[in-house]
Amino acid sequence: MIIAERKPFEEIKNMIAGYKRILVVGCRTCVTICWAGGEKEVGILSSQLRLQSGRNGNELSILEATVERQCEKEMVTQELGDKVQDIEAILSMGCGVGVQTIAEIYEDKPVFPALNTAFVGMPEREGLWIEMCAACGDCFLDRTGGICPVVRCAKGLLNGPCGGTRRGGKCEIDPEKDCAWVLIYRRLEKQGRLDLMRKYYEAKNYRKVKRPGKIEALEA
Amino acid sequence: MSMGTDNKIIAFCCEKSAYLAADRAGRMRLYYPDNVRIIRVPCAGRVDALHMLRAFEKGAAGVLVMGCQEGACQHLTGNLRAKERVRYTASLLEEVGMDGARVKMVNLGPDMAQKFVRVVKDMAEKIKER
Repeated sequence: MIIAERKPFEEIKNMIAGYKRILVVGCRTCVTICWAGGEKEVGILSSQLRLQSGRNGNELSILEATVERQCEKEMVTQELGDKVQDIEAILSMGCGVGVQTIAEIYEDKPVFPALNTAFVGMPEREGLWIEMCAACGDCFLDRTGGICPVVRCAKGLLNGPCGGTRRGGKCEIDPEKDCAWVLIYRRLEKQGRLDLMRKYYEAKNYRKVKRPGKIEALEA
Repeated sequence: MSMGTDNKIIAFCCEKSAYLAADRAGRMRLYYPDNVRIIRVPCAGRVDALHMLRAFEKGAAGVLVMGCQEGACQHLTGNLRAKERVRYTASLLEEVGMDGARVKMVNLGPDMAQKFVRVVKDMAEKIKER
């Protein structure tokens, strides 16, 4: 899923300065799971904005809404309905895709991002998310026992570890991190597929996905 | 909606400890400030950052989260979670320029009526000073 984190309050406050009626919109999908932009986080940010404005004597009118999936136009229009009508600005707590979806639907309203979208990852434990996929467009996982060296090796090496692996299988860049290639070796060893370690692979074609990426399903 | 205009203190009290301590304080005829409003909760771990922020939004000047003593929570870690959430809420208040000390975690047992009174009085004093 997409992992994001909230921008500092000061930055958000400065973005919306000058607007009085603001709609804070969360998303119930990825950013809810990573505690960045779900219904609760919308409540917290809205509450903070109200407290701040009350202190300044500059009363803001803050409306709250959370949609099922901010990256789908139908869901956004259906769930926001006429809430947007009297609003001066929208503060999106969705990922970058959510912000752009809302901005495309309500072209006459300024839409501001309250989150920094960071990466595609998975939860490692409660409150910790790790990047797992670079969305490179040319998946390599069949050869590496399901561990992506593009993201999980600090150098993105495709043909085994660099010379810097530390004792205990840690990375030379970050001694806290496991060396991806040690993990790959151990996984392949378990599967009896160590022969894959002897193969050489050509440099990856990172231009496989032309940016901006576009995929059209055949059935469409 | 009034914001920080009155001097109410909201005390979220765990029904297994702090709520009983407050009740005991009443039965012992101990004096404590009348601006405290007690909200009974099943566990301090039920109190969320959002509950605390909403209390401030609606005009509270201070919030107390009162749970069992560490190691004595019936739900094992409810009071420890509450402690972390209070710390987090204090940081959220500071972000908007408010004093983080307006929200406080307190651990007490069901028979600690005196401590309950002392904590409420301290918070009432603190609010008056600011």
